[in-house]
Amino acid sequence: MATYTLKVRRYQPESGEGPYWEEFDVDLDPSLSVLDGLLQAKDRDDGSLSVRCSCRAAICGSCGMKVNGQSGLGCKTQIGEAHEAANRRNGGSEPIVVEPMGNMPVIKDLITDMESTHWTKIRRVTPWLLPHGEAPEREYVVEPESMIDITQSMACIQCGACVSSCLSMEADPDFIGPAALAKAYRFVGDPRDAETKERLHDLAHDQHGIYDCTHCFSCIDACPKGVAPMDQIMRLRRKAAEEGVDDDPNNGANHVNAFVKMIEKKGTNDEALLIQESYAPGIKGKLKPSKGAIKGLVESLPTVLRAIKTGKARSLPKLIPGVHPKLPDGAQDEVKAIYEHAEEHREEFNLYIRGEEDVEPEPEPDETKMEETA
Amino acid sequence: MKLAYWPGCVSRGFTTELHGSMAIAAERLGIELVELDRANCCGAGIIAEHNQELADTLNARTFALAQQTGLAMMNICSTCQGAQSECQQRLDADSAYRAHVNEVLSGQGLAYEKGKDGWTNKNFLWVLVEDYGLDKLAEKVVRPLSGLRVGPFYGCYVVRPKERLGYDEFPERDLYLEKVIETLGGEVVEYDGARKCCGFPVITMNRETSLRQAGTHVGDAIDAGADCLVTPCPLCHLNLDMQQPEAAKVVNRDLGLAVLHLPQLVALALGAEPKELGMSKHIASTGWVEDKLSAVPA
Repeated sequence: MATYTLKVRRYQPESGEGPYWEEFDVDLDPSLSVLDGLLQAKDRDDGSLSVRCSCRAAICGSCGMKVNGQSGLGCKTQIGEAHEAANRRNGGSEPIVVEPMGNMPVIKDLITDMESTHWTKIRRVTPWLLPHGEAPEREYVVEPESMIDITQSMACIQCGACVSSCLSMEADPDFIGPAALAKAYRFVGDPRDAETKERLHDLAHDQHGIYDCTHCFSCIDACPKGVAPMDQIMRLRRKAAEEGVDDDPNNGANHVNAFVKMIEKKGTNDEALLIQESYAPGIKGKLKPSKGAIKGLVESLPTVLRAIKTGKARSLPKLIPGVHPKLPDGAQDEVKAIYEHAEEHREEFNLYIRGEEDVEPEPEPDETKMEETA
Repeated sequence: MKLAYWPGCVSRGFTTELHGSMAIAAERLGIELVELDRANCCGAGIIAEHNQELADTLNARTFALAQQTGLAMMNICSTCQGAQSECQQRLDADSAYRAHVNEVLSGQGLAYEKGKDGWTNKNFLWVLVEDYGLDKLAEKVVRPLSGLRVGPFYGCYVVRPKERLGYDEFPERDLYLEKVIETLGGEVVEYDGARKCCGFPVITMNRETSLRQAGTHVGDAIDAGADCLVTPCPLCHLNLDMQQPEAAKVVNRDLGLAVLHLPQLVALALGAEPKELGMSKHIASTGWVEDKLSAVPA
């Protein structure tokens, strides 16, 4: 048993006052949870302290909150570890900071409005099956193996921790976001669904869709169930490209293609050349500017000019396609050979599903050697 | 100390000052770098987004080239670190998958071996703290960055996901910039954006979201009283420095905060001059930092 201090961000709209911090001392075993601490404070000090919770076992997804700035579940965060995390940098006895989830309006204390952001966005991705043809008399029959692919996205408990942590949504509240896009993959990857391409077209053509994710990994660390929403978003991008959805308004598919092709040709990347190739692939042969290409190129001009002025971009000739050198002494051919195999084979290794293989057992200790050491 | 060195693409493209500064910092630290000039792009997460096996094989090739030298590998880009760690995690997880990838490499006389003689691939920041050591670094300081208020900016790819990036073994990897700044004699500025995203990955896809992220973090650091930011990631540098005037328009405020590459900050404290570190190539002026340091002769 130890005493911990919880510093809770509180807010009661009916008071007419803004949010404020309040500290509570609680006495708990370090292995118990931050949620247990909050419930003790509510019981002992202030019954009005509001927090949403139910199962206390990371199943129901009710107690999403930020502990020391990290989004997750209050019931899955041990109070002893939270105390250590709060004191990592300075040591001493800083309190554990508890806040409501981010990127959502606060209703009261730690209770956020899940409807206005989370559920609205979930509904945005048509989260139900869209099969074609007549419904079977009884259930749809699928091979179990064909469903394995989507088990990771099916593990979602709708707690909102990923939404709370999302750094893209912080800058662009219209972003469909990690929870809803992970849910979208659950149906895109479902063998019973017949509108895969339409779904992918819809998600790619929303300017705040799959190409609005900034690849920050926050949702991966926030998710208490290992859904890794960002990985699902990357799979949506991969599927979209495979289905030929390559004319999105964000120029996302073109950017990926330009990047992949440049490494095949040159082995390394040149940012200046990439900008040009992303907007107008194959400019040397036939000019094929993509949607928004002119706007994009014009927008990036001031930046490029400034870079040339300070000498940041190596020199003007570097900006001419083809000047970027390829890898030396046959190394480029080695890269090409890798492309030839991998583009054909395209194995996808999902650690969540395949797991890490058991480490080979250590060889039996050599008894004679042990005797010698003894 | 001798290391196989993967400088990454951006340090030889749009941030050449980083490539040069690393050479100067390494010399002053007494680290010998063997540059992997046959190695290829890490894919920056983008190739993996297109085809995982392609990214895994390309990076296995780089790892194999490094292992051929018999040396541990070092990178100077958070994004290289993250993209390469992602592939390494998959390669290390399964011997059959590794064998499959190595079969493709075998035609080139290469093979990636899991855990070969304790082989590692680390960002310069991790090397500095875990292998070189802060005590030894402190001994090398000839111009303490006294009075310089520095905001750390990590870059997502060396901070998350924790489970992939070795935080079990090294739980303080997201505090190393603070430790290095203090070791060099500078003052750490706490602000909201240190471990957030610079926005670079979506600069061509969603320009406004991207620039709002960069502009917000730079603005927050200025409000917290920073003289400059320091980052171990050249892609963060592109959005925080090169795009700073554009970011200022999006967040609708004056910015103008110097952003240093980690090797520049180290080299400055080790006595190098701003000019040889290419600081004049930056878009946001580094003049203020230079003025502050000129009071402390090397």
